[in-house]
Amino acid sequence: MSLPPDYLKYAHRGYGMDHGRYVWSALPRRKKVNWPGDALVALWIVPALEWFPLDMKGKPFRPPGAMVTAYPDLRHYTLRDYGNRVGIFRVMKALDSLGLRASVAVNAAVAVRHPSLIKACVDRGWELIAHGLDMDHLHYEGLPKDDERKLVEVSLGILGRVSGKKVRGWLSPARSESFATLDLVAAAGIEYVCDWVNDDMPYAMRAHSREIYSMPLSNDMDDHTILVQNRHSEDSFTQQICDQFDALYSEAVRSGGRILTLVLHPWVIGQPYRIGALERALTYIMSNKAKGVWSATGSEIVDAFASQA
Amino acid sequence: MKPDPGLYDYLPYDQRPKIRWPNGARVAFWLAPNIEFYELAPPKNPTRVAWSRPVPDVLGYSYRDYGNRAGFWRMLDTFDRCGVRGSVSLNVAVCQHHPEVIEECAKRGWEFYSHGTYNTRFVFEMSEDQERSLIQDSIDTIKEHTGQKLDGWLAPALTYTDRTLDLIAEMGLTYCCDLFHDDQPCPVKTKRGRLASIPYSLEMNDAIVFSVNTLSPRAYGDIIKRQFDRLYEEGADSGTVMCIPLHPYLVGQPYRIAAFEEALTYITGHDKVWLATGREIAHHFLTHDFDAFATASRPVGEAP
Repeated sequence: MSLPPDYLKYAHRGYGMDHGRYVWSALPRRKKVNWPGDALVALWIVPALEWFPLDMKGKPFRPPGAMVTAYPDLRHYTLRDYGNRVGIFRVMKALDSLGLRASVAVNAAVAVRHPSLIKACVDRGWELIAHGLDMDHLHYEGLPKDDERKLVEVSLGILGRVSGKKVRGWLSPARSESFATLDLVAAAGIEYVCDWVNDDMPYAMRAHSREIYSMPLSNDMDDHTILVQNRHSEDSFTQQICDQFDALYSEAVRSGGRILTLVLHPWVIGQPYRIGALERALTYIMSNKAKGVWSATGSEIVDAFASQA
Repeated sequence: MKPDPGLYDYLPYDQRPKIRWPNGARVAFWLAPNIEFYELAPPKNPTRVAWSRPVPDVLGYSYRDYGNRAGFWRMLDTFDRCGVRGSVSLNVAVCQHHPEVIEECAKRGWEFYSHGTYNTRFVFEMSEDQERSLIQDSIDTIKEHTGQKLDGWLAPALTYTDRTLDLIAEMGLTYCCDLFHDDQPCPVKTKRGRLASIPYSLEMNDAIVFSVNTLSPRAYGDIIKRQFDRLYEEGADSGTVMCIPLHPYLVGQPYRIAAFEEALTYITGHDKVWLATGREIAHHFLTHDFDAFATASRPVGEAP
């Protein structure tokens, strides 16, 4: 084996990124952002309502939470379903008790299968973020563009109908994109995308010849990452969220508004022995420094950010 | 292929010449932030895929990009508060992509050493000409952008050939970070030149700690202190080296930085610590200890 002679040719070796989606900039060198009410930290909570089909193909890869055993994997199917039957209601109660709203990322299949669950979200003033069709329809390079366009249109159509509102935010299932995904969702009217984890603040992305925003939805501040993937304890989960908050809060005093994001999978955090770990973290955030925290939806954060851009 | 890399002889820990660091220090302590650029769609290398997911791996790519946009700057504040310098393990294309990052390191007197051109161009299967050209690129780019002579090498994405260490020594580099066989510097047996192996560490490396061993931030702070305590104790007899390799996209996450800073403050609070760069440690070892270590080492017996 040997490498081709042009293996060390670098077509994109120049200032900024090696692609044209966004302009590079360093976080501390940007203009300070002010959140409404002079809050220092925007709290953006994103529960995910997912459906993992029992007969999933896992193409081109198995997303986190996918079926594991030979068919029929009742064990993992039903545990994921636990989130939509039981876990989410513990999350709702926890958030309601602190007066917090969420921006829920919804597979369109969940909206069709459980319209009453979507109504419960909408009735709470939660925002709906489109989260694709289901966890077995990933967006990836190699999927014919017309098929991907249809996935986007069907997903947004269903969520719009069920919620009665225009959907503004997009989170790809498993954060998987093709090279065309951003253009396709922008063409369908999406205003912000949550897949990219390269920043702590929103920034402008070029898609479908216009600007949309990338929203900094952390994949680290995520119950699945911490509790399932990293196998940390519930107490450590609470600690890490509180540490994230403290760091962002002290940085915000010097550098302008920051965002604490929290992704929740109701089948993970909604277990009886775990929900308290979330409640303790949120109580710390809201009681310790209540004046400096703004509980906001994705759209509210994007609007506040865009008005100062 | 060969069964033993043939890069060093055997020198048991309890039968060595003593290392005496400057000013009676017990531990030479150095920090090696990896400042990297991962390409969204790199060319294929038959031995290894660049991304765990199909291209474009938006999650993997953007997580790495976080380091230069956000994490680096948070890590920089921590280094400044602790009064420490970095020895940058640099994908040298960062000089072109993000000169702002290079400038901040350079003006603080940090060292730059090479971690290849991109972390998505692997050395496995390179021809000798290709490998020479890769090394020369690093020598030239670091000279042009920072004025520094290139002394150190950490193979890009830890990918090598059997020739790698011979070539870097021949081309004038003085140390490598790719051998994990020791807690003290060691001579490397190369065809030409004088090359020291300087302890880097996979155990203390935030990428291994967080992404492979999946420790919590506070557990990382804890193992850093334990590692330091033991090397400080042993260093009373003969100087030891402690390295913390870092990746700004990992340690620079808000929820991780405070626990790291606490551990770093603990280390810098000891008086018999030499806060050094990789180059300074290599230079001291090459000047004072290299020959004695080489002489005391014994050849490894033939495997049956």
